Amino acid sequence: MIIEARNVRKSFGALPVLQGVTFSVEKGEALTIIGISGGGKSVLLKHLIGLLTPDAGEVIVGGINIAGLTERQLLPVRRQFGMLFQGAALFDSLNVEDNVAFILKRERRFSPAEIASRVEEVLDVVGLKGIQKKWPEELSGGMRKRVGLARAIIYRPDILLYDEPTTGLDPMAADAIDKLIMRVVEQLKVTSIAVTHDMRSARRIGRRILMLHQGRIYADQTPEQLFQSSDPVIHRFVNGISDAQEPYDL
Amino acid sequence: MTSSAKQFAFDWLSGLGRGALMCRDIATSICKAKPVWRDVLYQIYFIGVKSQSVVCVTGAFTGMVLCAQTYLEFHKVKMDTATLAVVSVGMVSQLGPVLTGLMVAGRVGAAIAAELGTMRVTEQIDALRTLATHPIDYLVVPRFLATLLVMPLLTAGSICVGIFAAFLVGTWLLGINPTYLWYNMIHYTNMDDVMTGMIKTFVFGGIIAVIACDKGMNCPAGAEGVGRATTEAVVYSSITILISNFFLTLVLNKFLV
Repeated sequence: MIIEARNVRKSFGALPVLQGVTFSVEKGEALTIIGISGGGKSVLLKHLIGLLTPDAGEVIVGGINIAGLTERQLLPVRRQFGMLFQGAALFDSLNVEDNVAFILKRERRFSPAEIASRVEEVLDVVGLKGIQKKWPEELSGGMRKRVGLARAIIYRPDILLYDEPTTGLDPMAADAIDKLIMRVVEQLKVTSIAVTHDMRSARRIGRRILMLHQGRIYADQTPEQLFQSSDPVIHRFVNGISDAQEPYDL
Repeated sequence: MTSSAKQFAFDWLSGLGRGALMCRDIATSICKAKPVWRDVLYQIYFIGVKSQSVVCVTGAFTGMVLCAQTYLEFHKVKMDTATLAVVSVGMVSQLGPVLTGLMVAGRVGAAIAAELGTMRVTEQIDALRTLATHPIDYLVVPRFLATLLVMPLLTAGSICVGIFAAFLVGTWLLGINPTYLWYNMIHYTNMDDVMTGMIKTFVFGGIIAVIACDKGMNCPAGAEGVGRATTEAVVYSSITILISNFFLTLVLNKFLV
């Protein structure tokens, strides 16, 4: 077991977001977490890498409970992770090469030639060869996400986290990102956890799907089981059917 | 106590607590993680070199107006040649550090808060954390060290330009004897005044960096949040400089003079 969340609870002010989330992820697994917008998916993902601290419960990463660690103690734990953010979160003040090579340059373990070669290699993996000198503002949404993915995989992490990888992209760009995620999981043999409300994407990139509903794990199934489920909550969410009385409260 | 007064007191105390924790984190970072001097150098260029013109112009016109005003009063009691001494002592121990602090708070404090605030709302600071980089090490420490290093230099520049400008106004415009003017300035400005000014400006540099970084790193979401963080960084650091200047003057005069 590489990650385990045990009864994780989190509230923002008076608003409870996670109300006892428990699940575990095996090494090499491709997991997708689905749920409504604002339902706490990204909050849950941020707990797994220690960007947020739970009010109660434990988050175990590689046998260590990271819930009580300080920011500095978390640094070596985070070295196992790569994360792709919803808006890619590229550093505005750095060009593509410096963004992708950020961690390698900070660690000062590689020569400039080795770094340049690694950058070229990962940009090739994400299909963006030769854009090293471009700036983030010159890139489209899809390109930014690919660069964000290149930055996340350059140091070959064990676990990749994706926060809404296809949100805000046109269908073709979303398809390209899905295929890229599947290829990265296949090639690098990493554990992958993606958060999305894009059902097409969830079905393709996850071998197992968790559904977060009202702050708890409502379903933990394979994509086939989930999409054939007769449970009204799952059925309505998966097929995008809203309730006329309560349009967005499943 | 009304609810708004309670809220103000709570905000003030929590801000003070955050500032103290940031100082602790900065000290830990400097001790445990080596500062990247290339980043510090870039910040020295941005904070120091790019602030030079605004600080020198402020110093020059402050010195000039102080000279003219002092002359008008001193002339009545035939003390014209003491004019530059007053300008010098005023600039070295009070006006130089405070005005430089206020100008740097306006230019650099706003820029730091806006840059870090934007990074926070666009998740760039979270991205930094996922890349196993402590935001204090990468974002705060270079700015803090650079501000500490450049503030005394900027202040010294501002003071020199101010005194020189006052000397020109005194001799060319007001017709004061340049030899006596210069002699009195040297005679009445002593090392304690210079030390007072330099210690103050060093403290002001720390205040600007800590408040601006704190406001940026804890910026509320959205464009409005960045705007508010920027405004608060300038206002709070300016007020803190003015208040601490009073207490520093009392304390330093007790120990240095």
